Amino acid sequence: MATEFVARGADLELVGIRKEFPGFVAIENLDLKIPAGEFFALLGPSGCGKTTTLRLVAGLDSPTKGKILIGNKDVTTDKPHERPVNTVFQNYALFPHMSVLDNVAFGIKQRKVSDPMPKALEALKLVELEHLAQRRPAQLSGGQQQRVALARALVNRPSLLLLDEPLGALDLKLRRQMQVELKAIQMEVGLTFLHVTHDQEEAMDMADTVAVMNKGRIEQMGAPETLYERPKTIFVSKFLGQSNLFVGDVAESNSDSVSINVAGNKITVPTKRAEKTTGKIAIGVRPEKATFHEDQAPTSAAGLNIIGPGEIIDIRFTGVSNQYLIEIPQIGKVTVFAQNVGKSPVTELGAKVWVSWKVEHSFGLSDLPAENGEGK
Amino acid sequence: MSKFSLGKYLLPTYTILAFVFLMIPIAYTFIFSFNDPFKNTTGWQGFTFKNWTGVCNNIDVCLAFGNSLLIATIATIVSTILGTMLAIAVTRYEFKFRSATNLLLFLPLATPEVVMGAGLAAQFLNVGIPKGIGTVIVAHILFTLSFVVVTVKARIATLDPKLEEAGRDLYAPPVQVFAKITLPLLLPGIMAAALLAFALSFDDYIITAFNSGTEVTFPKYVFAAAVRGIPPEANVIGSAVFIFAIALVLVFQISGAMRSKALAKKN
Amino acid sequence: MAQVATRAPRSAAGQPKKSRIVLLLLLPGMIYLGLFFITPFASLITTSLQAPVLGGGIGQYQPGLEFGNYGFVVNEYMEQIVRSFVYATIATLLALAFSYPIAYFIGVRARKHPVLQGLMLTLVIAPFFISFLLRTFAWKELFGQDSWISNLLRDSAILAQDQYLLGTPIVVIFGLTYNFIPFMTLPLYTNLERLDTSLLEAGSDLYAKPTSTFWKVTFPLSLPGITSGTLLTFIPIAGDYVTASRSFLGSPNTAMLGNVIESNYLRIQDYPSASALSVMLMAAIVVLVSIYIRRTGTEDLL
Repeated sequence: MATEFVARGADLELVGIRKEFPGFVAIENLDLKIPAGEFFALLGPSGCGKTTTLRLVAGLDSPTKGKILIGNKDVTTDKPHERPVNTVFQNYALFPHMSVLDNVAFGIKQRKVSDPMPKALEALKLVELEHLAQRRPAQLSGGQQQRVALARALVNRPSLLLLDEPLGALDLKLRRQMQVELKAIQMEVGLTFLHVTHDQEEAMDMADTVAVMNKGRIEQMGAPETLYERPKTIFVSKFLGQSNLFVGDVAESNSDSVSINVAGNKITVPTKRAEKTTGKIAIGVRPEKATFHEDQAPTSAAGLNIIGPGEIIDIRFTGVSNQYLIEIPQIGKVTVFAQNVGKSPVTELGAKVWVSWKVEHSFGLSDLPAENGEGK
Repeated sequence: MSKFSLGKYLLPTYTILAFVFLMIPIAYTFIFSFNDPFKNTTGWQGFTFKNWTGVCNNIDVCLAFGNSLLIATIATIVSTILGTMLAIAVTRYEFKFRSATNLLLFLPLATPEVVMGAGLAAQFLNVGIPKGIGTVIVAHILFTLSFVVVTVKARIATLDPKLEEAGRDLYAPPVQVFAKITLPLLLPGIMAAALLAFALSFDDYIITAFNSGTEVTFPKYVFAAAVRGIPPEANVIGSAVFIFAIALVLVFQISGAMRSKALAKKN
Repeated sequence: MAQVATRAPRSAAGQPKKSRIVLLLLLPGMIYLGLFFITPFASLITTSLQAPVLGGGIGQYQPGLEFGNYGFVVNEYMEQIVRSFVYATIATLLALAFSYPIAYFIGVRARKHPVLQGLMLTLVIAPFFISFLLRTFAWKELFGQDSWISNLLRDSAILAQDQYLLGTPIVVIFGLTYNFIPFMTLPLYTNLERLDTSLLEAGSDLYAKPTSTFWKVTFPLSLPGITSGTLLTFIPIAGDYVTASRSFLGSPNTAMLGNVIESNYLRIQDYPSASALSVMLMAAIVVLVSIYIRRTGTEDLL
C-alpha cells in the first residue's frame, strides 16, 4: 500500500458532499475545508449528519456525491485501511480479545512498521497507561479505555484524527479532565483533529474552529467566540447557549443601525451585526448581557435597548448566577442572568421590572423562529 | 406473612426436584452400566466393572460407536464451516433474496426428522445412490446445518460492528479484519455450534434409520437391542460419553467463571 | 466492573453492506440445501404420487399422478394422524408448564449467581449428553411390568393387577414430554435471562400483586421465548416415532404418524404412502407454524 504517512497533519477538504440513506438524506450539500494542524469541531444535535460526515471521511461509508481530499489527494474511493486517517470511536471499539498493548500495536503491525511494540508502548506512555499494557480492555475504567483508544489512533501518526463523541460515555468530572488532556495532546502532536460532538461546551472549549451542523447542512462556522457572540441563525443562537429573541418589522435602518418595533418597544441592532436589514427580522440578545431594573424604567439613552415593564415569574439559583424569567406583556418571556456577586438587590417573584441591554450586544439573525411559539 | 416465605422457597425446591427428575434415566443408565449380565439384560443382576474394562468384548457396540464418531466428526466439520459462512452472509450482508434465504435456513428446523429422513431416502432411491456411511454423513450435515446457522447468528448479533470498523480504520484489509477480529470474536459461538452439531449427529436415530442401509451406528444398535434389553456395554458407552461431555462443559464454565472472577478482583 | 466496550448503539454503523463476497459465503450452503433439502422434497412429492408397477414385487413403483394415495392414507391412518397432533399438543403444554418455573428460576432469580446459573443450565442440557434412546429405554425399564413403579401403583390399587403401564397413552405422552423438555427450557431461559427486572419492580410499584405482575408483565414479555420453545418441542414430537414405538414405551394403540411413516417406508416398503404422509405432515406443520407465528406476533423469529 502506498499510503503516505506524515508526522504532521494534513488539510481535509470536502467538496459538494451528499449522502443519502434509503429513505432520507443525511447530508445535503457539504463543503468544508479544515487547515492542517487545526482542532476542528463539528457540533450538532443527534441526527444532524455529523457522525455520517465523520464516517465518510474515515471511509466507513462512501458519499453519494462529492469528493473528499486529504492533503490535496483525492481519497474518495480509497478503502478505510488505505486512508491516513484514524478514528477514536464513540464507545472506543477496543478489541476485547486483545491486550491493551496489542490493541495499540494493531494498526502499526498492519502497516508492517518496524518495532511495533516499542512504538505502541511509547504511545501508551503518552496517555500515561504503560503500566496497564498487559490488561484486557474490559479490565479498564471508562476513562482508561478512552485513553487506550486515543493511543491506538495516535500511534499511527495519521494525517487526520477523527473523534466520534469520544467523551460521551464519561461522567462530567472525567470528561472535563479528558478535554484538557485531549487538547494538550493535540497541541503536542500537532495533528489535524476533527471532533464530532453534541456538547456545545466541549466544542467551544477545545476547538479552534466550530461548525454547527443542522439537518445535513452547516449552519455557521467560525471561532467559538464569534459563534457565541454573533450567531447568524435562530438554530445557532439557541443551540449554542441561550438567547432572547424578538421579532418585528424593520422601522428604521441606516448604515449604523437597524431598529425594529415590537409592541411599542424599539429594539436596535448595529447594522454590521445584522444579517438582514429589511422586512420582518429577528433580533436577539444573550441572557447574561441583559440587566433588569426595578421600580422605574432606566433613562433611555443612545446605545441602550429598553423593554418593559414586565413581571418576574421565576427565579432560579444556579450557583454562579441567578436566572430570572420575566414576562413582558405582548413581547413574551425574557431571560436575564445576573452574576452572583453576593450583593445584588434581593428581588422577589412578582416584582415589576424593565429589561435593558447595550445595542452593541444585539445580534440580527437571517431567519425567523418557527411559528409554533417555541421562541422565548 | 407465611405465604410470602412459602413462595420464596417454592421455586428453588421445585427446581431441585425437577433436576432430580431429569437425572433419573441418566442415573439408571449409569447404574446399569455396572450390571453383571448373568442371564439376561433386564433387571439388576449384580455389580461388576467388567463392562467398563472390557467394553469392546461386545464388538458390535464398539463398531457402532466408531461409526457414530466418524459420522459425527465429518458432519460437524462440514456443517460448521457451511453454517458459519451462511450465518455471516445473512447477518452481515445485504442481498436480493435475503428474507427468502432466511426462510430456507429456518425450514429444516421446522421439518420433522422423519420427513427429512424419508425425503432424502426417496431422493437417494430415485437417483440410485446406495445407502451407507456416505449417505448418513450427507443427511447429518443437512439436519445440523440450520442449528449451526442459528447458533452462530446469535453470536454475531452480540458482536459490535464498530469493532470491525475499528480494524478497517487501523489499516487492516478485509481479509485481515476477518482473521484477526471477526473470527476470534465469533469463535465461542462457532465452538458452541460445533458441539451442538456433534451432539445432534451423534445421537440421531430417525434420519439415520432412513439413510444408512445396513450400516449400524450407536443409536441404531441401541434401537435394535431395545426389544430384548440393552446390553450393559451400551450403557457404558452412553455413560462415558455423558461424563466426557459434562466434564468438557464444566471445564469451560469453571475457566470462564475464574476469568470473570480475576477480572472483578483486578478492578 | 468498568463499562465494556461492546455495547455500542447501532446507529449509522452496522448497516448490512453490499458486496460480492456474499455470493462466495452463500453458494456452498445454498447448493447443499438445494441438492439435499429442496430436491429431496420434490422427490418426496413425486414419490407420493407414484403407482405400483403392475405385477411388480414389493417396493416396486413407477412415476405417476396417483392423487388417490393421499385419500388412501388419510382414510387408513386418520387415527394415527389425529393422535400425533393430540399427543404433541399435550406433551408440549406439559413441557411448557414443567419448564417455565425452572427457566424463570435460572434466568431471573439466580441472576446474581452466575456460577450457579451455569451449573443449573448444565443440568438442564445434561439429558442431551446421553443417548436419547438410552434415556427412553431407562423409562421403559422403570415403567416395566415388574418395576417398582408398576408394583407401587398396583399395590395402591391405582393400576389393576392385569394392567400394564407400558403401551398406554399416559406413558407415551410422559416419555415425549421428558425427552423434549430441554428444547423448551433453553429458549425460555434465553428469553427470561434478558428480562428487565426493573419492569417487575415497576409493576409492583404500580400496585400490582406478584401474580398480576407475572401475568401482565413477565408472561407477555416472555412470549417470544414461549413461541420458539413450543415450536422446537411440538415439531419434533409430532414426527417422533421412537418413544411411541413398541420397542420403547408404546404399543400399536399409541402409534403416531412417525411410526406409520417408518413402517410404510422401511418395513412394508410402501414408498408412496410413506411419502404422502410425510408431505401431509410437513404441510400441516408449515401451516400451523405460520398461523402460530402470526398470531403470537413473533415473525422476527425467522
